[in-house]
Amino acid sequence: METRESAFGQGEAPREPEVGAAAIVGRSPWQLFLIRFRKDHVAIFALGFLVLLVLAALFAPVIADRVAHHGPNDLFIHDPVKMVNEFGLPLGPNKQFWFGADRSGRDLFVRVLYGARTSLLVGVVATGFAVFVGVTLGLIAGYYGGWRDTLISRTTDIVLSFPLLLFAIGIVGACSASTEGCFGGLIKPGLQLVVFVIALFSWPNIARVVRGNTLSLREQEFVDANRAVGASNLTIIFRELLPNLVAPIIVYSTLLVPSNIIFEAALSFLGLGVPQTVPSWGRQLAEAAEVFRVAWWMMLFPGLFLLATTLTFNLVGDGLRDALDPRTGR
Amino acid sequence: MARYIARRLMWVLLVVILVTFLTFLIFFVIPPVDPAILFAGRAPSERLIEEVRQSLGLDHSFWVQYGLFVKRIFLGDEYGWPGFGLSFVTRSPIRENFLERAFVTMQLAIGAAVVWLILGVLIGLTSALKRGRWQDRASMGFALFGVSAPVFWLGLMALYIFWEKLHWLPGTGYSSFSEGVGQWFLHFLLPWVVLALLFAAFYARMVRGSLLEAFGQDWIRTARAKGLSERKVVYKHALRASLTPVVSLFGADLGTLLGGAIITETVFNLPGLGTYVVRSVQNGDLPVIMDVVVFASLAVAVMSLVADILYAYLDPRVRYS
Repeated sequence: METRESAFGQGEAPREPEVGAAAIVGRSPWQLFLIRFRKDHVAIFALGFLVLLVLAALFAPVIADRVAHHGPNDLFIHDPVKMVNEFGLPLGPNKQFWFGADRSGRDLFVRVLYGARTSLLVGVVATGFAVFVGVTLGLIAGYYGGWRDTLISRTTDIVLSFPLLLFAIGIVGACSASTEGCFGGLIKPGLQLVVFVIALFSWPNIARVVRGNTLSLREQEFVDANRAVGASNLTIIFRELLPNLVAPIIVYSTLLVPSNIIFEAALSFLGLGVPQTVPSWGRQLAEAAEVFRVAWWMMLFPGLFLLATTLTFNLVGDGLRDALDPRTGR
Repeated sequence: MARYIARRLMWVLLVVILVTFLTFLIFFVIPPVDPAILFAGRAPSERLIEEVRQSLGLDHSFWVQYGLFVKRIFLGDEYGWPGFGLSFVTRSPIRENFLERAFVTMQLAIGAAVVWLILGVLIGLTSALKRGRWQDRASMGFALFGVSAPVFWLGLMALYIFWEKLHWLPGTGYSSFSEGVGQWFLHFLLPWVVLALLFAAFYARMVRGSLLEAFGQDWIRTARAKGLSERKVVYKHALRASLTPVVSLFGADLGTLLGGAIITETVFNLPGLGTYVVRSVQNGDLPVIMDVVVFASLAVAVMSLVADILYAYLDPRVRYS
């Protein structure tokens, strides 16, 4: 692994381990990072939870079939397995239904598992788009400076000062007013629209971070050296700057995922997110809001999963930051 | 100071132009359907569509349409100033409804901001003073929880505990000030606290960070060296210096506060702008959605201008940067 001076872990990066150097073990930045990260028990625990959650989401159909023995859309409203009472209200947790039933008499445990799929998918995909846009704009602003920097930085400031949720609601409202969607039908109402809206509003923070890091990297000697040997701007950006930005990008992407997951849940909670047929924690909580006084489980379980997911993403993100950049240590 | 204010005013003007232009794009240009049909609500009649076309000036060119849109907002329309227009779904002017609901949202937001500042400063201060001890850990744990917990879930849980189980609070809905201060306060208490928690967590982290930084500064050492009591050093010198960035962030976070207010209103059934806009999306009442987006964004822009000027007044360094 090649070693470069970087804004993260600067000065701590030794050269390649040399063969025969017995007393002093040379460690690459990655090894150093792994050693530090492994010591962070909270972050490791959180990472473990996330891995389990991802597995549960991936294998949701298998778990539903083999463990819970209920499908996500099976209605249990008639005998012999009846999960609603005579007033049509759902029944609480029992041996077959670990999380109880929802308003339509479906197995809430299975619904929550499927909800994890939606949350993770929307959170990660939207973050992916946002990171792509943010990194591109941040690199342009930081590397070229001048009017490009002014334009991009001011745009970032303005987007950050907007009431984002409100604009998101506005776009969802305008785009779902007809089935045609938006942008000549490119963005259809539903999952696509939700991902688009979230990505549209979550790139500015990444752009800011990347711009700041690029500004300081640009002034360093290895960039000058590259320019001196005649490297083009694009070569410098892709071969020299981008690899050095990997650490901050990973950290801020990890921290962006939970806020995007909450964004999706909030939109779905308001009834403006994913379509009704898609299981989503936000939508489940919206349903729970109507009956939470009698059916506490409908509020508790999707909420706990949502909280645990965002919390662990934040913990992993904090852990990554501390491990990649020891200077920020508390 | 005058130059600073002038510069900030220019900035707000730019934001206003952008907000109106973006809103115009979102509602008139992006949807591939004739705006006249969209604005007329679900399943409109031919005549209504024609009426909408006339009233919004949709026969004109792009820029004239935008001009008319901005003119209506800032110069008012036949229903008064500022111009809110007509909802074609309810067939009634939006103005009165909007202002009533804006007042509810305002009470929610202001109360939450007060709770948020108090909680944020107190928690940040405690954890900075007791650095490394259990108070610090508990405070930062709370901050992490506040950052991660979704407002709508916290709201539901709080309602379940304090209303359903403990019967301490009278439940959801709105009770106006004139119906009795006590009821008003009890109805707003939970929404305030729930909405404030997220921000309080952010601010606690920030106050803690900037306090710890201040403690390392020379002028704090000087204050201690000249024999000031620890009380004075902390509250008069360190805390004061650490609070100025809070004011500046406060202005920038008003937009997020409004977003949180939308969700809080839905959870607590408050008849504010949030519930208004959500209901309008479900009804396909585009004029209302558009009004809420435009006017709430403008209000946020103006209020952050005020916060920034206040900040510049408190911290002279800002004026010259």
